[in-house]
Amino acid sequence: MSQLRNGQTSIFSQIDWVTIILYLIMVVCGAVSIYAACYDFDHANLFSFDEFSGKQMRWIALSLVIGLTLLLVETRIYETYAYVIYGAMMVLLFITPFVAPDIKGSHSWLVIGPMSLQPAELAKFATALAMARLFSGYNFQLNAKAGNYAKALALIFMPIVLILLQNETGSALVYMSLFFVLYREGMSGLVLFAALFSVVIFVVAIKFTESQILGLESGQFWILVLVMVITVGMSVIYGKRNIEIARNLLLWYLLCGLSMWGLSAFTEIIIPGRAAMLFAIGVACVYLGFESARMRLRKLLIPIATAVLAVGFLFTVEAAFGKLMPHQQLRIKVVLGIEEDLRGAGYNVNQSKIAIGSGGLLGKGFLEGTQTKLKYVPEQHTDFIFCTIGEEEGFWGAVGVELLFLAMILRIIQIAERQHTTFGRVYAYCVASYLIFHFCINIGMVIGLCPVIGIPLPFFSYGGSSLWGFTILLFILLRIDASRKSVLAY
Amino acid sequence: MRKDYNLEKRKYVICGFIILIALIYGVRLFNLQIADAKYKRSADSNAFLRKTIYPSRGLIYDRNGELVVFNQPAYDVMLIPRDVQEFDTVSFCNALNMTREELLKRLADMKDPRLNPGYSSYTPQRLVSHLSAQDYGRLQEKLYRFPGFFIQKRILRQYAGTSGANVLGNIREASQADIQADDYYAPGDYTGDLGIEKSYEKELRGIKGVEILIRDAHGRIQGRYEDGAHDIAPISGRDLTLSIDIKLQEYAESLMVGKRGAVVAIEPSTGEVLCLVSSPNYDPNLLVGRKRGENYRKLVNAPDWPLFDRAIMAGYPPGSTFKPTQGLIFLEEGIITDKTMYPCSRGYISGGLRVRCHPHGSPLPLLPALQTSCNAYFCYGFKAMIDKRSKYGNPSNAFEVWKNHLVSMGYGYKLGIDLPGERRGFIPNSAFYDKNYGATHWSANTIISVAIGQGEVLATPLQIANLCATIANRGYFYTPHVVKEIQDTVISEEYTQKRIPTINPEYFADVAQGMRMAVIGGTCGKANIPGIEVAGKTGTAQNPHGEDHSAFMGFAPFDNPKIAVCAYIENGGWGATYGVPTGALVMEKYLTGTIHPSRKYLEQFLLSSSVYYAPPKQKK
Repeated sequence: MSQLRNGQTSIFSQIDWVTIILYLIMVVCGAVSIYAACYDFDHANLFSFDEFSGKQMRWIALSLVIGLTLLLVETRIYETYAYVIYGAMMVLLFITPFVAPDIKGSHSWLVIGPMSLQPAELAKFATALAMARLFSGYNFQLNAKAGNYAKALALIFMPIVLILLQNETGSALVYMSLFFVLYREGMSGLVLFAALFSVVIFVVAIKFTESQILGLESGQFWILVLVMVITVGMSVIYGKRNIEIARNLLLWYLLCGLSMWGLSAFTEIIIPGRAAMLFAIGVACVYLGFESARMRLRKLLIPIATAVLAVGFLFTVEAAFGKLMPHQQLRIKVVLGIEEDLRGAGYNVNQSKIAIGSGGLLGKGFLEGTQTKLKYVPEQHTDFIFCTIGEEEGFWGAVGVELLFLAMILRIIQIAERQHTTFGRVYAYCVASYLIFHFCINIGMVIGLCPVIGIPLPFFSYGGSSLWGFTILLFILLRIDASRKSVLAY
Repeated sequence: MRKDYNLEKRKYVICGFIILIALIYGVRLFNLQIADAKYKRSADSNAFLRKTIYPSRGLIYDRNGELVVFNQPAYDVMLIPRDVQEFDTVSFCNALNMTREELLKRLADMKDPRLNPGYSSYTPQRLVSHLSAQDYGRLQEKLYRFPGFFIQKRILRQYAGTSGANVLGNIREASQADIQADDYYAPGDYTGDLGIEKSYEKELRGIKGVEILIRDAHGRIQGRYEDGAHDIAPISGRDLTLSIDIKLQEYAESLMVGKRGAVVAIEPSTGEVLCLVSSPNYDPNLLVGRKRGENYRKLVNAPDWPLFDRAIMAGYPPGSTFKPTQGLIFLEEGIITDKTMYPCSRGYISGGLRVRCHPHGSPLPLLPALQTSCNAYFCYGFKAMIDKRSKYGNPSNAFEVWKNHLVSMGYGYKLGIDLPGERRGFIPNSAFYDKNYGATHWSANTIISVAIGQGEVLATPLQIANLCATIANRGYFYTPHVVKEIQDTVISEEYTQKRIPTINPEYFADVAQGMRMAVIGGTCGKANIPGIEVAGKTGTAQNPHGEDHSAFMGFAPFDNPKIAVCAYIENGGWGATYGVPTGALVMEKYLTGTIHPSRKYLEQFLLSSSVYYAPPKQKK
């Protein structure tokens, strides 16, 4: 008994107060922003429970209770019951679409009395626990055998599939961020790179088709330029100090680029831009192949494979997309957020950009924002909350929020690396991955750099499920971290 | 625990990635908020006004290209509560011709969440609807003195004549239910109610446009947002061309004044409805504008139900107009041939049962039976069929065969006309009788009255007219429809596909001949129009509401039918009294454009007579 009390008292001395303070700052700023976003001169009352901000205050209070409770739970419990929690949560996800009412076409909300909860948010911590448990298994090494990958991928894709069944694409995609964890635990960086690069190729090739450069669509042009940059970069990495390979490649590309620019700028010759760029890349590949054979550097084949696969993928996407009927193309573009959904409030992102842009350096001041209040920005208190901050608090406020997130993510990575157990480390990286994904996609969407994927900004957006989901994630992490010293023994 | 320092280095990659993203976003924010002046300009003009531009509703023409329904502008006074400042209420009320109390009440009603659930101080709210042109003019001049107020132009309907209200329908303000069911509607929008305004709402309404205006901090309009780059132009609704001949419709309505009932005329070769009269009728102009609500209430409560479209909703006993179907079924089933004779001794006598008939020759075959409308003939035929156990096993099976033939001729189910509210009439099935009499306790004699269109059988005037069109075509019909053409598109396929009943066409020729004989020397002599070969069939239907209903169906010309008509006059007595002259005059008017002097007396008779109604029915 006395030991237990000791354990409890030590928890609050061992706890990572930096994270807690960051967390508190963020939720309070969030509630204030929600108040501003929904402020209406007709009836203004910060703590009225009818208002979103009032409700959010209630969610925050309950979150603190949950957080405190979680801190009192023995770490071993999380480890022991990780799979049970995961299994239970998957069952919950599975039954949700059958019992959930239809809310704007998605069946993801469980309505329990006056509350509605989104199990997809709560499944995040369960998946993180299960991943941590898997990796902390005896002598588990990701690269040891293919079966290990299969297990990890199964854990990741189970919630994705179940959430897609609820018609919540955004929440499902969040789990893809767990590939960061796989990377940290040994997966080849090339996989991460390939995944990111193919997403970039896909989106850019479909998105930028309006203007033309050198006779080919601007999207394609920039992807081909990117391929060139990547081959140069890779030849630096894989060329083992043979910097002249990269230099030669760079010179070759510059020569090609300059001559094409010169020809198109000063003569009437119409350059077949696509053929010319493919020729330039092709010659570079042949050169790399030659160097690879000469210097017996098999790794130099990687940039060749990258270039060939990227170009092949680009043209496959283009051909496949061109074969679709116009309305199907539109549908894909709407899903990707490239084209605005015409049934929606129209030009959402444009409105959101105007709202942020009109904030200027110092913002219009608290409650003075007009763009967000006049309901030109939809979902202003949920997914587009960053918009209100940008408008009312200006550049400093927006960058401040960015820095808060950056600080929290970096702090969590630091916590992850100081764990003595694989369980703790993997769990912490899961938390960091979710936050990275939400941060990148949500803010990227609001400032018009990412497709419109409807996911909330953690701690800021209105909504109990999201807040509780991240609170649980964070406080379990804090609990694990607080007891790290007591697990030195094993 | 062993640490893999090679893998630990990867934290730098992950940290680097997130720092890079944060940097990119920071640069982007800098561009948006500080570097790009475009958004600073938006900061000065800090709000938009999204003005809906209503499309012009599709126009409606009749089959001869005559404009029947068109649009008139109406003006609503709107305001955005947040933008309204102190204003001169006296001057405002003067412009609108209202008292200050009225204005204050309207403002209070507008804010009352029970009366106006969509109220928000940021969005446009309606203060007054349907300003007259004068009020509009007066207010427009002074509008600059009332910031926050603006005028929303809307479209109302206007009718060239006063006829055809049951076909045309009208428009009403969209209800809360409409708005929830269809994203298209916003509070204050209009939607079709009754008639083709309802059934062709999607074609008629068009697509709304939006104009985005920029306002300054004082609510004054500064101009168009980005020069109208985000504006959406409205797309007008599609024009409709009716198959109705509006002149014929007017004429038929005038003949029906003072009587209750319906007249339906169809072009047999296409299924196009030439006129669709329900009497009593009402003036469609009653349901336009500010008086609509009051007038609508009056029409709903009127004792003779003017809103009830008798042509497609009323289930009447078809009476003797049903006999041709019986002849067709008996021929098809081999119960009779055109030579088969049945006796008539002033009626049909079987067991203790007697169905009376009027005096004529006996025995007689099918064609004279149709000519004289002999009840006995069809009762004998019906008994021969239903009780023919050698062929059908039992009366139930025989009756199902009988029923299925009728269904194939358009009875018992909705025909599918392009108007809302059509009813299906009633043709019983054997289960219906099994339930009423017990499974084996009924036979032909139990239900004999259906053979002459009485008893349980009910049909709409549209179904009767459609039967006549089928006989005119000698064995096929098209689903009747009132819209012939839709601008820039085609009418639904169901109106261009032939429907063929389960009866051999040669039998239709026999029945048509019988109907021709009825006009030349039978029950409908008044239908004998000089110079035109008419075929017809009267009907005198007993009913529980008093005097018999008077019915007639006929088509002409006999060899190349251009029109098939059904006239049905409630409590009109003999078929020949009101039904025949009404139907015949409609055919004559349509075919010759005028009424022969020798027949003017019929016209005079109908125009000047009215049928004294039986005691009004209780509303169901």
